[in-house]
Order: sequence, then structure tokens, then C-alpha cells
Amino acid sequence: MTERLFEGADWDFHTLQRITDACEAVAKNDLGLDVYPNQIEVITAEQMLDAYSSVGMPLFYKHWSFGKQFAYHEASYRKGLMGLAYEIVINSSPCISYLMEENTATMQTLVIAHAAFGHNHFFKNNYLFKQWTDAEGILDYLDFAKTYVMQCEERYGRTEVERTLDAAHALMSHGIDRYPGKKKLDLRAEEKRAGRRRQHEEEVFNDLWRTVPKGAAKSKSALSLERRRKLLGLPQENLLYFLEKSAPRLAPWQRELLRIVRHIAQYFYPQSQTKVMNEGTATYVHYRIMTKLHEQGRITDGNFLEFLGSHTNVVFQPEFDDQRFSGFNPYALGFAMMQDIERIVTRPEDEDREWFPDIAGKNDVMGVLRDVWANYRDESFIAQFLSPKLMRQLRMFHLHDDPEERAGIRVDAIHDERGFRRVRRELARQHDVGYIDANIEVVDVDLSGDRRLILHHHVIKGSQLNETDAKRVLQHLADLWTYDVALIEVDANDKVLREYVVSPRPIPVAA
Amino acid sequence: MHIIDRRLNPGGKSLENRQRFLRRAKSLVQGAVKKTSQERDIKDVLEGGEVTIPLDGMHEPRFRREGGTRDMVLPGNKKFIEGDYLQRSGQGSAKDSGPGEGDSEDAFRFVLSRDEFVDLFLDDLELPDLAKRKIAQTESEGIQRAGYTTAGSPANISVSRTVRLALARRIALKRPRKEEIEELEAAIAACTDEDERVVLLAQLEKLKAKTKRIPFIDPLDIRYRRYEKVPRPVAQAVMFCLMDVSGSMSEHMKDLAKRFYMLLYVFLKRRYKHVEIVFIRHTDRAEEVDEQTFFYGPASGGTLVSSALQAMHEIVRERFNPSDWNIYAAQASDGDNSYSDGELTGLLLTDKILPVCQFFAYLEVGESGGSAFDLSDSSLWTLYERLRNSGAPLSMRKVSERSEIFPVFHDLFQRRETAQEKAAP
Repeated sequence: MTERLFEGADWDFHTLQRITDACEAVAKNDLGLDVYPNQIEVITAEQMLDAYSSVGMPLFYKHWSFGKQFAYHEASYRKGLMGLAYEIVINSSPCISYLMEENTATMQTLVIAHAAFGHNHFFKNNYLFKQWTDAEGILDYLDFAKTYVMQCEERYGRTEVERTLDAAHALMSHGIDRYPGKKKLDLRAEEKRAGRRRQHEEEVFNDLWRTVPKGAAKSKSALSLERRRKLLGLPQENLLYFLEKSAPRLAPWQRELLRIVRHIAQYFYPQSQTKVMNEGTATYVHYRIMTKLHEQGRITDGNFLEFLGSHTNVVFQPEFDDQRFSGFNPYALGFAMMQDIERIVTRPEDEDREWFPDIAGKNDVMGVLRDVWANYRDESFIAQFLSPKLMRQLRMFHLHDDPEERAGIRVDAIHDERGFRRVRRELARQHDVGYIDANIEVVDVDLSGDRRLILHHHVIKGSQLNETDAKRVLQHLADLWTYDVALIEVDANDKVLREYVVSPRPIPVAA
Repeated sequence: MHIIDRRLNPGGKSLENRQRFLRRAKSLVQGAVKKTSQERDIKDVLEGGEVTIPLDGMHEPRFRREGGTRDMVLPGNKKFIEGDYLQRSGQGSAKDSGPGEGDSEDAFRFVLSRDEFVDLFLDDLELPDLAKRKIAQTESEGIQRAGYTTAGSPANISVSRTVRLALARRIALKRPRKEEIEELEAAIAACTDEDERVVLLAQLEKLKAKTKRIPFIDPLDIRYRRYEKVPRPVAQAVMFCLMDVSGSMSEHMKDLAKRFYMLLYVFLKRRYKHVEIVFIRHTDRAEEVDEQTFFYGPASGGTLVSSALQAMHEIVRERFNPSDWNIYAAQASDGDNSYSDGELTGLLLTDKILPVCQFFAYLEVGESGGSAFDLSDSSLWTLYERLRNSGAPLSMRKVSERSEIFPVFHDLFQRRETAQEKAAP
């Protein structure tokens, strides 16, 4: 049983197979992980760059902005500013992990443990992913999207398609349903439905109907405000959804494009809410697996040291006054918290018993962790499990920056008895996507009047929209809506802070 | 559990996206290309390479929040206690590095391949030849017979070749001819002896069986005519490089001239499949030389510009019929010409050279710094200016610095939307 998995740094496909089997044994027997079937693909650095530029997906529709991403990554890679990620992993079933061919055998082991078991388990079990993403359907759906975009380009021209996609991308972060209640996406059915609808449109198309005289206009009696809003499903914060359903002059294919962008945005939404947890889980899992393999004698001391070197780099957290500091490193924070939970479960101190009565001293580390991985997102995870000990260890403190305050930035709370709960609450809030993104919603549209679309931005803590960008995004929005669009920034007391009105550009989006 | 080797998959999945990006960023990249090319040697420029473009020009807008009061939790507190104040600017302030700033986009360096680079550089340039260029663009592919093949479409069956092969095969396999059988049948009819008749009948049977076995035309006889596509150059170009190498031309001036020629050569190469290039250097007498001698050979002496024009005229007459060739000439000189030669030069140009030229570029090179350069026009400059004012297809520029070569070149060959209109009245 103590046969080595590999010698030195070289590996071949048999080695990878042995490594995967060994990792799987630890993952299943020791950690009790539950994963999608794995598919491991070995790729070159150039292919890794390719994958980067299409948000990590193996197939994606064509768009210039991905070319921009590629050029950007390639340039910084060549200049040596950026190392490539060791791996990319895709939330799909089977779960696809890309490994780079340049990696040493030790690194491949680390990556397999990290991606194929850590991330994979998280994708399969976390409630957000279960609720919002369709791992079985995503690859087929992306394939459908790619083909569909291509067909649109052939039929309606590349410029037209590009214009629609540009607009959709600008609104992508506002194309998400934030609250459950809707059904989980079934992308396969989605794809079939799109096909059927196209077919139906073609079948029922009859030029005669265009010549049928229109009846007299419906009575102009204005619908009551409430009723109108209700009909349109207002207020609506999913702008892409609203446009897809209600924009008066979009061609059917444009609605379908908006839908595609919206589905993809929704698919990635859980990832943006679980960075700390996802990376923390994967890092914790690879650490456990590698340690176990070392204990079993399946990797040498040298290999283990090499692993520790990489691991330490990954979980390095610079301090705030360090040149390298750029916010909390999700790997570091996540891993530290997972380890901290392990400590609380196995060797709690009095403080921990007081703070975490449910898990302190429970002794079933994996049971507790699996439960945590399944039922939390970053915000709730931090709010629940960030311990005083870890706050002290990382010397966290909370700054409050009020531009009005002449004296400077105030230190609001530090890692002491008075501050623990406040620091923790603030840090959790920083990881709440719903809080970070601007809160914008469609509140009304005057359908019987000038059809102006009215949006509100609910300003929090005086943080308004960047003006240049806001105007550009609104321009895209107006182009899709084809009538004026007004965005009103209001504060908590409904006081209007700023108002934008944008008219659509003369080139009609709809033919 | 699968392990798949994807390394052999075609790479460059992003190529299409990259091209879309380039198309979109074209004007930006083009500007960058021009800027870059001014700073580098022509040789390096034509190798392609890095350009820097501002990412801002390709900005993808999003709703972003900014300003307002901010709260942040940071790691690494060493000395602060609750209620302390941090200075906003300077060290120790976390404001600049606080999270949630949004991605900032800097200018980034962008590697272009050689072709991409040259394409972008030459993109809005065009040869100022008003008539023949249209022909040049419709360079077509002709079709030409190219022997026979065993596969093809029925329309292309070559009957004679097929029958010939069938005949050869029939002879080789000894297929009986129709006449032989008829002869034999006649013999049988005429035969009276019963035994002989039986022998003959057997012979006839054998022949008939053989006829059946060996078909008249077998599929393997069939031959198809084969056609091949051949490029048919409709138009071709020749470029005359006329360089003054007299004593008054300094190394610097020659260098400028050479750069100009190189660029012109690359440019023509892009537009035509067939570009000839003729090097003529002159002092007080002209000679046609090879590239090596032209660029590197030492020569010195007086100046007679007409000698070079005369040489060019003769070469055109001998080798380049103006109805088949697009003729370009680029002349580089410091502008000195012997006083007596002015009239002859003018005559040669108006009567012989300019009528057959698509375009004649005159580049007057000056010393670096070029202070005296601007004071008075040289004798050649004056002459050419007079010609140009009378409507000759002639362009002239003065250059004294390396970095000016590209802009001047660009200037000379700028796409002329209104060239036709200008020429008309």
C-alpha cells in the first residue's frame, strides 16, 4: 500500500490515473465527499489562455470582448505579470478539470485534489448551486447558445447581433433573479423550448396577416397605476428579463439572445456569492488529501515540501499596509476559516464554546464541514463562523470612511471584545453580492403615454453610480427599449439625488 | 472517471474572437501602429511586434457604484484602537487599496503578427493610379487543361482517350474483332464438311465467350479531362528606384532614401502579385545595378539627373510595355542638379517618363536637423513643382529625419477619395 504514486516531477497518463484513484480513495473514505463524475483534461498554456478568455468555459459564443480578454491575459502573461492558474474547473456533470501540461507531478496531485474533489464536491452539494445551476445541462446549453448566435449572425448580420450582445453584456449583472422561488433552470428543456419556438414561428408565419385591418384602438382609459405595474410584473430588478418580456420592438431572435445572456449570468451567480467558501473548501480538501497521501507514504517528503511551498503561496494573506495587499484573499480566508472550524470542533476553548455552542467539541469534523459547505454562502458563512480567535489572528479591524469627516478615516472597531461582532458583521456584508451591486429596478413604464421606462437606483450610504458608465449602460438599455429611459437615483428617504434621461440612438435595434 | 489529452486539440480557439476585437479596435490599433512605427527601424517594423493601445477605447460599461461613505474590514492591524483616525492620503491609509474599487483598466501591450502589423499600417494607403488599379484588383484565376485523370464528372469524359485505352486493352487481351466473327460465321455457312464445321463452331463459341468476357469499354478505360486553376496575373507592377549617389549625398541622406524604397517595395508587394524592381543609381551618368550595389556600393561624382531618367526611359522601352505594366518611380535626391541639366530633365519627364508612369514620387532628402533645408528650394524642387502645377502625376516631399519617413510615405499614398474628381476638371 505504501507504493509511491510517482517519482520525481515527471508524470504520464498512468500516473494521473494513479493519482486520481489515490485522491478519490481519501476523498470518499476519509472525508466522505460526494462528487460528480470527474473528467480530467490536460491542456497547454495557450489553451489555458483560451479558456480564460471565455470565462473558463470550453465552448462559448463568439464575441469581441472575449478577444479583448484574451489579448489582455496574453499580454500580461508574456510580460510575466501574471502566472496562469494551475487549473480551471467547470461546474458541470461530469465535472471537467483542466490541468496544465507544465505542472509537475506534485502539482497535478494538488490540482486534482483541489479541483476534481474539492470544487467538485462544493458544486454538487452547495444549496445555491443546487438551486440555481444545472450542471447536467450547461455544456449542451452553451453549445446551443454558440450555434444560435452563429445562426443569428448569418441571418441578421454580425453587426446587429454584436449590438444586441453588447447591450446585453452591459446589463448582465442586472440579469439575475436574486431570490429563489422561481424554478431551477433546466437548460436542456430551455434549449428544446427555444428550438420549438423558432419552429413554431416559422410554421405560423403568414404574410396575409400583415394586411388584416387593425381594429379600433382600445379605450384609452388609463389603467390604474397599480394594475399596470402588476401586469408588467413591476417593480422588476432583473432588467434583462424585463426587456426580454416587455420591450416592444425587439425581434424574437433578440429576445432569445437576451435570454441566453441572462441564463449564463444566472449560472455564474452562485460562483460570485461563494468565492471564499468555494476556494476555502477546495483548499481545505487538497490540504487534507495531500497530508494523508504523505502520511501513507505515497508521496515523498520532497514532494510534500514542494506542495507546501505552493500551498503557502496560495493561502498567503498580505496585510493592509503591504504593497501586495488587494483585499482579502478568498483562498486564505476560506482555508483559515475551515481550519478554524476543525479546531473548534475538535479542540474548543471556552470562548469557542460560548460563541459556537452547536459545533464546539462535536468531534465530527467532516460532518460539520459538509453541513457548512452545503448550506451557506460567503455572507452567511462569515456571519456565522468567523471566530474571535481568527479575527485576532488576522488582526482584523473595521474602518469607516465618511468623506464628510475631516479628521480622516475612523477606526470603528478592532479585534477586541467590543469589536468582534461588529467586525464580523461588516466583513460578512462586504461579501454580500446583493449589497455590493447597485440596487436598480424598473419601477414604471408609461405604456399609453410616451412609453418612457423609469428605473430607480436605491442609493445606499451615499454611493451613487459612476456617471460616464451609467450613461453608456443606459444608452444600451434605451436602444433595446427603443424609447426614452429615465434612471432616477433616490436615497432611503425617496429624495431624488440625480436623474438621467437617455433617448435611443436613431439606428433602430429592431428591424 | 476520464482522463483526456486535449493538448493536440487545435489551439487558437480565441483567434476568431481576437480578430473580432482587432476589427473593432481597428482605428485605435492603427493609430498605435503608426506611432510605434515612427520609433522603430523599418526592418523591425515589418517584423510586427508589440503595440500599446488604451483599453479605455474598448470599454465595456457596467453600472458601478462609487463615492459615499465606505466601510471596510482589513487584516493586519498593528497599533490602532477603536476611535483612532487615519490620515486620508499618504502611507498607512487604506483608501487607495480598499476593496470594491472595481476593475481598473490600463493601457495594455498587444502583440501583432507581422502580417497584421503591415496590413494595419498600409490599410488606408493606396496606389494613386487612377485607371489600371481596377484591373489589378480583379486579378483572376484562369482554368487550364492539365492532362487526364481516372475520376471526374461525366461531363469531362474524354471519349477519344477512353476509346484509345479500351482499344489497347482489347488488343492486349486479344478480344476478337467483329470482322473475325463475321468471317468465321461466313466460313461456317460455306462449310460442307461436317467435321470441319464442328471445329469451326467450337472456335466461334470460344470467340463469342471471349467477347463477353472482355468488354468493349471497361470502367478502367475511362479517362476524364483534368483542369487546373492557374492564377492569371492581370496586372503587374514595376518600380524604378532612382537614387542620386553623387558626392553631395551624405550617408544620412542615402539612409533616408533606402528606407523609403524599402517601404515602397513592401507596399507594392502587398498590392500586386508580381512586382519588379529596378535599381538605377546615378552620378553624372546612370547605371542599372543590383540591390546589393544599389544600397551598399560606393560611388561618387557629379550630378546629372537627366541621365537616370534617360536610363529609365530606355529600360521601359525595352522591357516594360506601359500597357501591361503599372509603372512607378521613386526618386531620391538632395535636389542638386547641374545647372545646364534642368531643361533636359524637364523635357524627359514631361515627354517620356510621366506619360507612362502611374505615379512618380520625388523625395528630397536633407541633412539631419535640416535648417538650411527650408531656406530656399533646390533647383530640382523648383522644376518638379512647376511640373506638378501643370497637372503631372507627381508627388514631392522633403525629409530630413528618419522618423519622418513613415508620415511622408503615408502622406504620399494616402487614399485619395476624390482623386478622380480632382483629375476630371
